[in-house]
Amino acid sequence: MRSKISWVHAHSLLVFAFLYLPILVLIVYSFNGESVAGFPPHGWTLRWYHELFADDALWSSVENSLLVAAAAVALALLFGVPAALALDRASFPGKQIFRRLVLLPLILPGIITGLSLLTLFAAANTRLSLLTVAIGHGTALISVAVTELTAGLQKFERVLEEASRDLGASEWYTFRRVTLPSLKLPIIAAALLIFTLSLDEIAVSFFLVGRDNTLPLEIWSRLRRGITPEINAVSTLIFAFSVVTIVLWFKLRAAED
Amino acid sequence: MYSRAYQRLVAIPPLLWISAFLLVPYISLFCISFWQVHSQQIVHQWTLHNYGQLVGNPVYLEVLGRSARIAASVTALSLLLGIPLAYCIALRAGRARNLLYQLVIIPLWVSYLVRAYAWKTILGGNGVLNTLLIHFGVLHEPATFLLYSPFAVILTLTHIYTPFVFLPAYASMAHIPKALIEASKDLGASPARSFWTVVFPLSLPGIVAGATFAFVLSLGDFISPLLIGGPNGIMISNIVVSLFGAAYDWPLGSAISLCILILVVGLIAFTESLEKRLRLGGGR
Amino acid sequence: MSEPLLTIAGVNKSFGSTKVLQDVSLTIANGEFLTILGESGSGKTTLLRIIAGFEQADGGTLTMQGASLSERPANRRHINTVFQNYALFPHLTVFENIAYGLRAKRVPPSEIKTRVDAALAQMRMAEMAARRPSQLSGGQQQRVALARALVNRPALLLLDEPLSALDASLRVHMQSELKALQRDTGITFVFVTHDQEEAITLSDRIAILRHGRLEQLDTPRDLYNRPRTAYVATFIGKANLLPNGMAVRPENVQVFAPGSVTPPKDSQSWTGTVKRIVFAGASDLIEVECSEGVTLNARVPSGGSYPPTVQLIVAREHLIPVA
Repeated sequence: MRSKISWVHAHSLLVFAFLYLPILVLIVYSFNGESVAGFPPHGWTLRWYHELFADDALWSSVENSLLVAAAAVALALLFGVPAALALDRASFPGKQIFRRLVLLPLILPGIITGLSLLTLFAAANTRLSLLTVAIGHGTALISVAVTELTAGLQKFERVLEEASRDLGASEWYTFRRVTLPSLKLPIIAAALLIFTLSLDEIAVSFFLVGRDNTLPLEIWSRLRRGITPEINAVSTLIFAFSVVTIVLWFKLRAAED
Repeated sequence: MYSRAYQRLVAIPPLLWISAFLLVPYISLFCISFWQVHSQQIVHQWTLHNYGQLVGNPVYLEVLGRSARIAASVTALSLLLGIPLAYCIALRAGRARNLLYQLVIIPLWVSYLVRAYAWKTILGGNGVLNTLLIHFGVLHEPATFLLYSPFAVILTLTHIYTPFVFLPAYASMAHIPKALIEASKDLGASPARSFWTVVFPLSLPGIVAGATFAFVLSLGDFISPLLIGGPNGIMISNIVVSLFGAAYDWPLGSAISLCILILVVGLIAFTESLEKRLRLGGGR
Repeated sequence: MSEPLLTIAGVNKSFGSTKVLQDVSLTIANGEFLTILGESGSGKTTLLRIIAGFEQADGGTLTMQGASLSERPANRRHINTVFQNYALFPHLTVFENIAYGLRAKRVPPSEIKTRVDAALAQMRMAEMAARRPSQLSGGQQQRVALARALVNRPALLLLDEPLSALDASLRVHMQSELKALQRDTGITFVFVTHDQEEAITLSDRIAILRHGRLEQLDTPRDLYNRPRTAYVATFIGKANLLPNGMAVRPENVQVFAPGSVTPPKDSQSWTGTVKRIVFAGASDLIEVECSEGVTLNARVPSGGSYPPTVQLIVAREHLIPVA
């Protein structure tokens, strides 16, 4: 066969360049000596990172985001694990509708999820806060938990549960000592994914946030006011964090096989 | 195999939560869409007024049309970028396959806002793109249409959704039994022919899924238009945002939201039946 | 036979519109090695699963030592199963796998240690106690599966084609091990297989299932010498099916040169041409096409030579009436 490089490879190279260009720009500009985003960047400075670390409001929003993300993981798994089990092994009326409802937030624009919950909270006279944001994230991300766990359940061999029952174990004992251990990796992978998605979430949070901002909303409000170079710095940090998280997630997925 | 108690225990808690926080909100949206606002208050009078406004007001229709065009452009571009990429990595990358796959996924995990902001930097009057174009003599002054325009929105959203189109397309292609492609080559087909007659049809379900995802989420996006869309880049969700904000007309906003919801559900149902028919024709 | 251990009466089972078991009745004696033999689709695995408690019969009863079994869930019958692919818990060590049932029943830890160690010793797997199933060979996994079941001292042990995943030489070896194990422990074994040689080697009695029905239940010897149906006659060993509703085993077909012998009273005889002689180790199988349109196989000592036309004689006592 002739040379394996063809226009397909060239095309792919261009797509990769397209995908990574903005990220590279961000990283470069976060060290930019000039405060205005002109091109080419002048000088080299860690000033924006320094300013970033002194920015209390921003760090407070980071803390809020972490709290919300943790709560979202807890919520999504608390209801997502049983939901996945129910879809795998229970039969009840409306099961297919339930499945679609649970998975809908995956494809539904966040604005709809956020607004619908807003109307609920308004009707119930609930004050908007980080709690309402957490409920929004958690509920929407049950879809991710169900997706990951369903994949894990399909790989699971039911005969192991039969063996456990055969040896005299109750259903609860079987669940604890056979089913759940086999779901350990999918649950962790789901938690990682849910955590990351919650940290970055903006559309749902937009409508459910109260006095305290999450990180994306804090960045958003600053962007609306004007470009601050710190944003490049915090974006680079977010990127670095994301890369670490995704490498972890890949390792988990590989370990599952 | 599982007792009634087991089945109930796993099914009831999620059912309750989902009903309360997913189903009831949709119902609430539905109800509000039929009410009206009178002097800053939402009045519980049932009326079709809001839906009438939607259909009758040319502004809304124009924005909806523009949103659909933008979403369609994003989808088309994402497909154009994503499908050959999926093909290249799934079937023409050899051992680099896993690494390249991970490299495509990484941008997905980088914050949406961060990426949109990065494009703002690139497309601005003093930004990378303009400066380069002027430097190479393509332009004499910065092109203003690059930023604060539908173009910027399309570009940014394409950047966001190309990996989303890539994912299911790649999954479909990677699942094609190697034997089929080898048979095609064995029978004398060129790579291009193999692609169009074997790879493409068999990965169509994945492609359709990815395209639906990109279209629906682009249609409902309001962040990019606000950040880089400019006055001509306003999309339907921006109207909804203002109706729930400064313009304070929750019923009208709910009506539009409900329409988007029904559109999405309808689109999903349509593409699912399409996928089913495609799968029966070929694939696993 | 003394009081049977397990009585299966009139069991029916359907999956959707498919009838998998129809009116199956049999009793299992205490301490016996019973094999349920059948081809795929015969319902043998379903019957086993009904006994174990993983399926519910649609009709019929299961009685063990006088008490009805049907209402008891799978984890409360004194029955343990060795699964076809062993179903060892991948996340537990060999020791923990074997101890699993004892822990589930809250047996005191000291007693667990004693019993599991004994089980490991019995299976000659003591050095493997800390290993994971993925680190074991097929034969070793099988022994762990056996130990895991037997350590619970069940009244009945079910084995679902446990040897089918092993290669030929290991199979033969494991067969004799299983037989010895059953003799030593005295536990009633119910063994499911599709391999009739395996069944004959191991069993005290064999129940042949066909299309969900019990075809015949007998000792291997009786099944061989007195098959009741043509199916059983051809399933266990080889048989010639005669047009008059009789069957005869190839080793009972005597071969002579034509006209050299007068057929005894009440015997049947044919003349025919030799089509093939198949070498089978200690014997040869001669295929003879006879004038009445019948083809018969005769088993003869290996190495003989035969004329192209032969006379076949079958004594009366070797003719078996089959349905």
